[in-house]
Amino acid sequence: MSDETTTVEETPPVGPERPLPEHPVLRALFEDFETVGWVRSLGQDVAQVPNEAWAGFAHAVRDAGFEVCVDVTVVDWMRERPERFEIVANLLSMAHKLRLRMTTTAGRVDPSVASLVPIWPGVNFAEREAYDMFGVTFEGHPDLTRILMPDDWEGHPLRKDFGVGSVPVQFKESHQVS
Amino acid sequence: MSDPTIDSPEITETLDLWVAGTEEPEFSPTDEGEQEISDHESEARLDEQFGRVVEDDYVFDDGVDEGERMILNMGPQHPSTHGVLRLQVELEGEIIRRTKPIIGYLHTGMEKTGEQLNFSQGGTNVTRMDYLAPFHNELAYSLAVERLLGIEVPPRAAAIRVLLTELNRCSSHLVALATNGMDIGAISMMIYGFREREQILGFFEKTTGLRMNHNFIRPGGVAADLAPGWKDDVAAILTELPRRLQQYDDLLKDNPIWIARTRGVGVISAEEAIAYGITGPALRAAGVAWDLRQAFPYSGIENYEFEVPVGEHGDVYDRYRVRIEEIHQSLRIVEQAMDSMPMGDYRVDDRKVTPPPRARIDESMEALIHHFKLFTEGFKVPPGETYVAVESPRGELGCYLVSNGEARPYRIHTRAPSFANLQGLPIAMADSLMADTVATIASMDPVMGDVDR
Repeated sequence: MSDETTTVEETPPVGPERPLPEHPVLRALFEDFETVGWVRSLGQDVAQVPNEAWAGFAHAVRDAGFEVCVDVTVVDWMRERPERFEIVANLLSMAHKLRLRMTTTAGRVDPSVASLVPIWPGVNFAEREAYDMFGVTFEGHPDLTRILMPDDWEGHPLRKDFGVGSVPVQFKESHQVS
Repeated sequence: MSDPTIDSPEITETLDLWVAGTEEPEFSPTDEGEQEISDHESEARLDEQFGRVVEDDYVFDDGVDEGERMILNMGPQHPSTHGVLRLQVELEGEIIRRTKPIIGYLHTGMEKTGEQLNFSQGGTNVTRMDYLAPFHNELAYSLAVERLLGIEVPPRAAAIRVLLTELNRCSSHLVALATNGMDIGAISMMIYGFREREQILGFFEKTTGLRMNHNFIRPGGVAADLAPGWKDDVAAILTELPRRLQQYDDLLKDNPIWIARTRGVGVISAEEAIAYGITGPALRAAGVAWDLRQAFPYSGIENYEFEVPVGEHGDVYDRYRVRIEEIHQSLRIVEQAMDSMPMGDYRVDDRKVTPPPRARIDESMEALIHHFKLFTEGFKVPPGETYVAVESPRGELGCYLVSNGEARPYRIHTRAPSFANLQGLPIAMADSLMADTVATIASMDPVMGDVDR
């Protein structure tokens, strides 16, 4: 253990009890948002954002130098967590060579969150996929329609309560020939 | 035997053919007034045709009649859409104004399937996503599982992974070049590209047992050691491929037809690429030297020397050049990996993750139990979530993996590069000619298995 690492470890508790990241860019970002929590998950920085602060924090993150939002996806926690859906956005800063993951939660009934398309146009498809697969509404999305499943599909396949193999077979009559 | 109906008078009467001399034509057959060489064949026009001037933005013509606008569905069963991609294009005459990619025709719910398979079976699932770069899919998945497990693979396993993924990058780019050439009309390029790819796939088959969908890179290392005599095969590829690449350059690099069809076509600027999350050769062709192998090295790739080729204009030609250069750079890495291949184990020595050697099962009760547990319920992965990305031939290929402590992933999500890159098609194709559509699609190199998953 060198001296440098020990001094770095002493610096974080300068602020209030809230843990803050070491990297100056991230640190400045989290200091501006009181409600956003920071955790380190297996060597990666994760911002836990309240649902109502999602778009506002995303704006600040983009202005801090995260110019790419590589991905938006959802995890369905079913009954394991009080808030059923966890929305996850993976961000990338080419300028700082840094990654950040933003997560927020949405409840069981009419899950919704602000869309990130006005901030990063490239999440258009990703949010459509998340809506298609989980039924999470992204408010402000320009074209929130199904992308992978057929337009008349019922249900959202990647939800944990969507069964596997319960779909009636299409073109069933083809087996009745002969 | 003559057909009586042909000679019947009512048929000849209905045929409304113009016969020379029967009536006065409106134009004189020798009048060449419209065909004179005019100013559109000027020096400036020739510059554009030879690619010396890059011009993409066509002027929007407000005077176009509403009746001239037409919506055309291209695909999904179109050979140049590389699978089942459907494009809805709004045309004004020959010019595309708007494009909407419609996908999902190949959706098979692989992320849902991934939740039903345990961690050691997961590789068979992810390898089928981007079927032109199966090793990259396996690598991203394996790295994610290993990060959740907190294990490091031995140096030989990491080097084998680098060797295979870089060879896979060559084979994938060769397909991209081949199909790109075929779509524009350079049919010989298609034959050449697939021929060279076959040599690489032959090496893959010798190593993994399969030409595609290998499931060779697994959590904890690789499935088997390299086959005896692998160095000869790799050396043969290393001598053959640069010679072939030179032939491609002779064929295409300064070919005026190729340049006319690709220069200034399907331009994506650096700002657009970054805003739309476009990665890989399409981003580097726009002049952004961004490569995850340098920015966030994985699997020990920081130990090898290579450069990141970049383009200038972000057009189809630059994407073709970037791919060619990337093959050269990948071959450099392959050569270094071949020369410095470390000795040792090819998978981690952790019996909770990798099965014991066959001989040990006969001797040791412990080994038998481990083997049985691994192949019946699989290994358990501590709770957590992680996102790991690798540089696939098409861009950033990420694996977002959530475990709740069981033997199956709670959620497995693949950040597919083709999926994000498809969003660049409407930008690249706006206000361009219909004839350039296939060139643009081919240069983005979408793999529909990756897009729809």
